[in-house]
Amino acid sequence: MAKEPVAVELAKKQKSVSVAEFFERNRHLLGFDNKRKALMTVIKEAVDNAIDACEEARILPEINVQILDMGNDRFRAIIEDNGPGIVKKQIPNIFAKLLYGSKFHTLKQARGQQGIGISAAVLYSQLTTGRPAKIKSRIGEKHDAMLFELKIDTKNNIPEIIKEEKIEWKKQHGTRIELDLEASYQKGDQSVDTYIKETAIVNPHATIIYTNPKAEQFVFPRVIDVLPDEPKEIKPHPYGIELGILIKMLKNTETRTVQAFLTKEFCRVGSGTAKEICEKAAITPNTKPHTINHAQAEKLMEGIKNTKIIAPSTNCIVPIGSELLEKGLKKEINAEFYTAVTRSPSVYRGNPFVVECAIAYGGDQPKDSSIKLMRFANRVPLLYQQSAGAIFKATVQTGWRSYGLSQSSGSLPQGPVTLVVHLASVWPPFTSEAKEALAHYPEIIKELKLALQECGRKLGMYVNKKKRIHAESKKRSYIEKYIPHVAEALKELLALKQADEAKIEQLLKVMLEKHRGKLASVELKNIEYDEEFAKIGKEEKDNKNE
Amino acid sequence: MSKKKPVVTQITDFANSIYKKILKKKQPEISSPIRSLSNVKFDPKHGYFELLGKEKTRTLTAATVKTFAQTLRMMGLSKTLIETDDIATKREAYYVSKNWGEAGFKEQPESDTVMDDVEATFGVNREQLGFIPEEKGGDIAGQLIVVDKNPDNGKEIKIDCTKMGTGAYSIPSSVEHLKFETKAKFILAIETAGMYQRLVKHAYWKKANCILISMGGVPTRACRRFIRRLADAKKLPVFVFTDGDPYGWLNIYRTLKVGSGNAAHLNEYFCVPQAKFIGITAQDIIDYKLPTHPLKEVDIKRIKDGLKNDPFVQAHKEWQKALNLSLKLKKRAEQQALAQHGLNYVISNYLPEKLKDPKKWLP
Repeated sequence: MAKEPVAVELAKKQKSVSVAEFFERNRHLLGFDNKRKALMTVIKEAVDNAIDACEEARILPEINVQILDMGNDRFRAIIEDNGPGIVKKQIPNIFAKLLYGSKFHTLKQARGQQGIGISAAVLYSQLTTGRPAKIKSRIGEKHDAMLFELKIDTKNNIPEIIKEEKIEWKKQHGTRIELDLEASYQKGDQSVDTYIKETAIVNPHATIIYTNPKAEQFVFPRVIDVLPDEPKEIKPHPYGIELGILIKMLKNTETRTVQAFLTKEFCRVGSGTAKEICEKAAITPNTKPHTINHAQAEKLMEGIKNTKIIAPSTNCIVPIGSELLEKGLKKEINAEFYTAVTRSPSVYRGNPFVVECAIAYGGDQPKDSSIKLMRFANRVPLLYQQSAGAIFKATVQTGWRSYGLSQSSGSLPQGPVTLVVHLASVWPPFTSEAKEALAHYPEIIKELKLALQECGRKLGMYVNKKKRIHAESKKRSYIEKYIPHVAEALKELLALKQADEAKIEQLLKVMLEKHRGKLASVELKNIEYDEEFAKIGKEEKDNKNE
Repeated sequence: MSKKKPVVTQITDFANSIYKKILKKKQPEISSPIRSLSNVKFDPKHGYFELLGKEKTRTLTAATVKTFAQTLRMMGLSKTLIETDDIATKREAYYVSKNWGEAGFKEQPESDTVMDDVEATFGVNREQLGFIPEEKGGDIAGQLIVVDKNPDNGKEIKIDCTKMGTGAYSIPSSVEHLKFETKAKFILAIETAGMYQRLVKHAYWKKANCILISMGGVPTRACRRFIRRLADAKKLPVFVFTDGDPYGWLNIYRTLKVGSGNAAHLNEYFCVPQAKFIGITAQDIIDYKLPTHPLKEVDIKRIKDGLKNDPFVQAHKEWQKALNLSLKLKKRAEQQALAQHGLNYVISNYLPEKLKDPKKWLP
């Protein structure tokens, strides 16, 4: 019997992979490693989208988050916003088609990136409970509110509409998503509670109302009535482009020549620069972009690499600002000293970014354990994979000993410190789709370190000042202790009266004050500290004892 | 001995100046000379350690305020003692300070130091301040009559030091009022009680017509003052006989002769410039083939320190030579080592030979 070619045999096994299968295998990449984390990820994706949508529409966000415990490890997550709503036609695609979104093709500072998060949450819900996602949305007073029940056709990655109807909704505009999922709820550092709280810290313009599965409700009212400036969308910078994307862009462009392609599709490329790139790539500037083949595209990459192009404009980044960052921290931590720094923008691989950090020192914080590190990227708290990211690396590599903290090499410093680090960028380089840690770009590490050092220096000055004042006040009280003895001795020696003795004491005290100067004070009353706020997300004592 | 105003007046004036300074809102200060070898000079013409004039100042700083208060209180105690014609031993003064609360002394050396500083501030002797040491002044036997007063009635009494049997006359803590009658030819001051006992037992003082004084280590102030007054009054030479080690040379002999750094403010009175050293020297170890012990680390350090920092040694080539020889030998010998040549060799040979030959003395 003639043997069939191997390829034929192999072909029997070759078929397209369904998204569901892909998701099953890669759920850890998307942040669904375990039940506890899954709950956090679902809430996080929905809240991130909600705040993004509000900001884009220039609406002060008001987000309502509710988690209901349905028993048997099942939870219902409800996230409602006052955003612009979503047009009817787009609702199924946004929530029930993976990799569908508005943000992947643009370069603009935003929480969401690839259009995978919320549909992954819907898919997770569907896979663990078999129930559809319920989406309510309304785009304005004159429009009807819509209710959708959606599932994902996992074979074809297309939305499956279970139900679509007009409903009554007193909200004029906004979106509400309701998902059932298998999950577990627990307080602590990596809990939903902590995520919500930290989100409130870095989004002082948002009001968040949160009800956890224990039916405890927390209201985080907005601290400031002004929306952050709208981040500007920028075209990609040539230095940040990858070959695959370049090829895709060449294929899709409406420009007629490579020179026009370079000047229109990228930022910071004028005709001179475009010509120089073409020259270095050995391509005529008026070549049609659609005719560029793979080898030529590679040459074009080379050309870009060898051409000096000015850095992208950085006004597209909107940091939180040191003042608001410090304010947010004051609410959470009752410390004695606060400082915050916002660096000026910098660029990694053609992507502009800004680093900010804030420090709270002393107060109620434990002295003998590692400092508490709170990491944020584009105003989203990063709760997992702390030690894998660039922020951790930069913190560890900073010499904190000169700022009055103890630190053994290769680890976080120790001391009563909470450190907040925020990276804002048009494209924060996460190490995975779950957006848990930032990649170690040298430019980013360098900026992070500079920011940490700047804060550290201020901290060091404070710690030293405190030490000095402590030593001085100790000396003073020591001297004061002996003043009465001097007075008494003089009274005995000169047979003085009681009143004279008192006068000597008083004069000597005045002299001491005058001679040594007024004792400086470092006391700080933190009026912004909110005890109830600080408790949120902390593990309860009973749980720990179990 | 001080030609200044009465001590009580000095103390009151001093306290008044401090009080006035405070009323004028100025930082009050107490200055006293630094009492150490680094603050003394030696001029052979004067014959004793004199102060260079470096001072320490105590005022209202964290480092000095406690001592400042203690010094004033110590002055107060002194004033009371003088006015009530009483005395307090150094230890008693230390216990009195326990009433001062936080300003009290933790250990006696602290109160002794403050007491010495008060002395130095006023340039007076501690006995003039009403304080007395507990230490024994020294023992005396030999051709001497001490004229003292009976503490009971103030009448003169004469003590004949030839009639002490095998015991001795003990130098009192205050010697200023004593008078002397003697026909002796010299004074022999001895370091150890053991050697003194031997010389008394065999009535060496009779044989050599001298006065024997047992210093018992570094001579007390009373002992130094006693020898000085006796030697001055009767124009007697003074010979000193110690162990052959740095302690005997640099602590005992040097202190007796020119005083100490610690009490530099009083050396003028508490020194015996006419003293001469008759042994034991490093050369004696060789000449008399004495049994020896090796010099210890501290001994070597003491000698080197003396050569480098002691103004007395620096003024005397002979002593430098002797100390360097000892450093070379790396050996020391005790007075009693002479017993190797017979128990009474010291009486029959060593002392007569040494006393006869001034070339063997050290200045």
